[in-house]
Amino acid sequence: MPAIGTGAGIDATPSLPTTFCGIELAHPIVNGSGTFDAIAARRAFGDALVEQFPFSAFVSKTVTVAPREGNPPPRLWELPGGLINSIGLPNKGLDGYLTHDLPELARLPVPLIVNVMGFTREEVARLVDAFAEREEVSALELNVSCPNVETGLIMGADPGETAKLVERVRPLTAKPIIVKLTPNATDPGAVAEAAEAAGADALSLINTIRGMALDPRTREPWLGAGTGGVSGATVRAIALAQVQEVARRVSLPLVAMGGVQRGRDADDLLRAGATLVAVGTESFRDPLAGRRVAAELAELRREGSNPGADAPAST
Amino acid sequence: MSATATTTDDGRRTLSPPGRRRATVIERRVHGSYVVLRVADPEGQPARPGQFAMLAAAERWGGGDGERPFLPRAFSVARIPAPGEAEFLLEDVGPGTERLCELEAGDALWLLGPLGIGFGLEAGGRRPLLAGGGVGIAPLAILQDELAASGAADLAPALLGFRDAPHAEGAALLRHGARVATDDGSVGHHGRVTELLVEELDRDERAQVYACGPPAMLEAVRALCAERDVPVQLALESGMACGYGACFGCVVPTKSGYVRLCVDGPVLDGEQLETALVPGAGH
Repeated sequence: MPAIGTGAGIDATPSLPTTFCGIELAHPIVNGSGTFDAIAARRAFGDALVEQFPFSAFVSKTVTVAPREGNPPPRLWELPGGLINSIGLPNKGLDGYLTHDLPELARLPVPLIVNVMGFTREEVARLVDAFAEREEVSALELNVSCPNVETGLIMGADPGETAKLVERVRPLTAKPIIVKLTPNATDPGAVAEAAEAAGADALSLINTIRGMALDPRTREPWLGAGTGGVSGATVRAIALAQVQEVARRVSLPLVAMGGVQRGRDADDLLRAGATLVAVGTESFRDPLAGRRVAAELAELRREGSNPGADAPAST
Repeated sequence: MSATATTTDDGRRTLSPPGRRRATVIERRVHGSYVVLRVADPEGQPARPGQFAMLAAAERWGGGDGERPFLPRAFSVARIPAPGEAEFLLEDVGPGTERLCELEAGDALWLLGPLGIGFGLEAGGRRPLLAGGGVGIAPLAILQDELAASGAADLAPALLGFRDAPHAEGAALLRHGARVATDDGSVGHHGRVTELLVEELDRDERAQVYACGPPAMLEAVRALCAERDVPVQLALESGMACGYGACFGCVVPTKSGYVRLCVDGPVLDGEQLETALVPGAGH
């Protein structure tokens, strides 16, 4: 069985050493937040999951201050080359995460990046503060794709809102702060510049793109929450363009994602200016997709088919 | 197949290898409206009854011309015909099942599994009663195999409901006895499978019911068992993208909130549910 393209038979961890915000990683492939639950996966796959962990760092699902049940089902709609999801950030809340999830995630063989979201700047500050000194946590990612309930603005859709948020939380921790940009903004590049000026250490993009589908029978919205986020191969070209645009406007390291299925897709995003690449929807089709993408990327570099292969894959 | 399958969750879960693997169709049979695929999966471990696998055709399945299907589809393991093999019962109802139903012996498919928590076979001295509807009879075949192998002497025939005669041919999947009901009366009892279940429970209520089928049938079975205080385990269905807890898409409402059917099911106790009518299921 060939190692490439099978999702299996990749015995050794692919070696493409990468430095991201001072964190040493075995290769540049991580997961998108909310696309892989390492704790649930371990229930399904046992220790073999840890032994063949598909990512070089693990980004955990969004944590909010209060527990959330998530959106009413149905939550998924398949598209040509992708899907719409409307999950609604179910999580145990900050206390539940610290008690139940963090100890388990700290045992993973890779660095942990915690993704947080608040409905006010003070909520985000409380979350950042809670992880500021936790040695299990290597970096924090801010999910800004939600409305500030005090202003009604989507935090990450507005450069001013984003700047105020980053300025508020920046002094709270020495850990790297990654701002996850939303593609549902008029000018993601302007938001990226605002985040950089306010002290962010890195940016990640793209989050899902808002979309909806109608129930073919009732002609009413299919998803329980009405609309959701589009991901998968179908958003790859949009992600590539946004990553290139943001890379031109800031000098921060970027975690790029959107429709990555193969090593070639990851290579495209790295060429567009990314330091790390996240696999999301493809993990739904194969839990070890991240490991396969990393192996394919390593193979591309070995073949020397990549003129950028001599450039250091670090910041 | 290794002899060292690791099970968890009180023996109701066989752990899956963590990557999808390439398996091969070794036989394709047609049972009326259904297709049975017998698959060689030498790296796989034997599923517990009620567990499932995510399947996708290896060729012409997403990533190619960009058309659906894109995601793998979940199927109950219907039988372990031999070590390192598994059988799946399919009905062509959409782009994913249509593509899988086209597969012939020798064709490759991606397989991830076994996944989820299967049926609990400890019946506390109650006699097992199996009730299935449509393509949902699949996990009852492997369950019946296992019950028969464990020497359940008074194993009643499985109660199976179908819409018509071509679908009722699926009953051949059950090797240790079945009673059939059809909506149109063309085969067996003219009516619902729940009517057969009422007959059985009227005869002897000391039963443990195992059920799998469309949402309306499962809800009827759940309500019937709740009314008579008969324990029931229901294998539910919900659209899922991944099958191993990653996407959070397959949640069903229970008395204790949403649970992911892929990692906390697909078999749930009737007592956990207010209703088995899962939003979006049976689509």
